[in-house]
Amino acid sequence: MTTVLFYILGLITVLATLMAITRRNPVHSVIYLVNSFFALALLFYLLGAPLVAAWEVIIYAGAIMVLFLFIIMMLELAPTQETDQMGPNWWQWLPVLLLSLGLVSCTLMLIGLDSAGPQGIPNWYATPRDFGYALFGKYGLAVEVVSFQLLFAAVGAFYVGKPESRQKKIKKEGS
Amino acid sequence: MIVPLEHVLFLSAILFMLGLGCVLARRNLIMILIGVEIMLNAVGLTLVGASAFWQQIDGQIMVIFLMAMTSAEVSISLAMVVYLNRRKGTVDVRAFDEMRG
Repeated sequence: MTTVLFYILGLITVLATLMAITRRNPVHSVIYLVNSFFALALLFYLLGAPLVAAWEVIIYAGAIMVLFLFIIMMLELAPTQETDQMGPNWWQWLPVLLLSLGLVSCTLMLIGLDSAGPQGIPNWYATPRDFGYALFGKYGLAVEVVSFQLLFAAVGAFYVGKPESRQKKIKKEGS
Repeated sequence: MIVPLEHVLFLSAILFMLGLGCVLARRNLIMILIGVEIMLNAVGLTLVGASAFWQQIDGQIMVIFLMAMTSAEVSISLAMVVYLNRRKGTVDVRAFDEMRG
C-alpha cells in the first residue's frame, strides 16, 4: 500500500512541478510549487524521515515560498486582472484543485494506514531522539558553521536590500 | 525500504531536470530562483532515499543542512532581486547582460 502511495505522490510531485515551471504568472507558479513540496514532504515521510518531512512543510512550503510571494507582491511582478472580473476562470484553478485533492486523499490514507497496524509504518525510520543525538553530537561543529552561515546571510541580505545609503544621497545632492 | 532505490533516484533525476530546464529556459529572475529551489529539493530527495536505503541517519542530517543553506541562499538572492529591480526597474535577465568594471 505504501508502495502504491509512493508512486502516486511521485506523479503528483512531477505534475505540480511541471505546472509550476510553465506558468506565466509567478504567483500561480509558487502555488503549484507549494503543492509539489507538500507531496515531497509525504514522500520523505514514506522514506522514513518524519522530522525532515515536518521541516519541509514548515521551512519550504511555509517560509521560503511565502518569502517568494512577498517579493512578487512587493515588486508587483504578477500581471493584474481587471477588477470587474469574477476571478480566475475554472480551467485556471482546476489543476491545482485536482492536485490538492490527490494530496489530501493521500494524507488521509496515510493516517488511516498508521493507525491500522504495522503495515503502514516504514520498517525503518529516524525518531526525533536519534536525530537530535546525531545532529548535536556527531555533527555539532557543522551546526555551528551553519549558524554562522545563516548570520552572514542575514547581514548580507540586510546590506544588499537596504535603501540607498546616506553617503550616496549626500553625494548626489552635492553634485 | 518500500520501493527500490533506483525508483527514488529516477524520480529525483526527473525533478532535477525539470528544475534545470526552468533555470535555463525562463527569463524571469524569480522563476530562475524557483528552478534552483526545485533542484535543491531533488537533491534532498536523493539524500533521504539513500538514508532509507542504508538505514543511516546521516543523509537526513545533510538534508537539514541543505535546508539551512537554501534559506540563506534565498534570503540573499531575493535581496539581490529587489536591488536589481530598483536599479533597472525590471527582473528580466536580458536587462543584466552587460558587465562593466
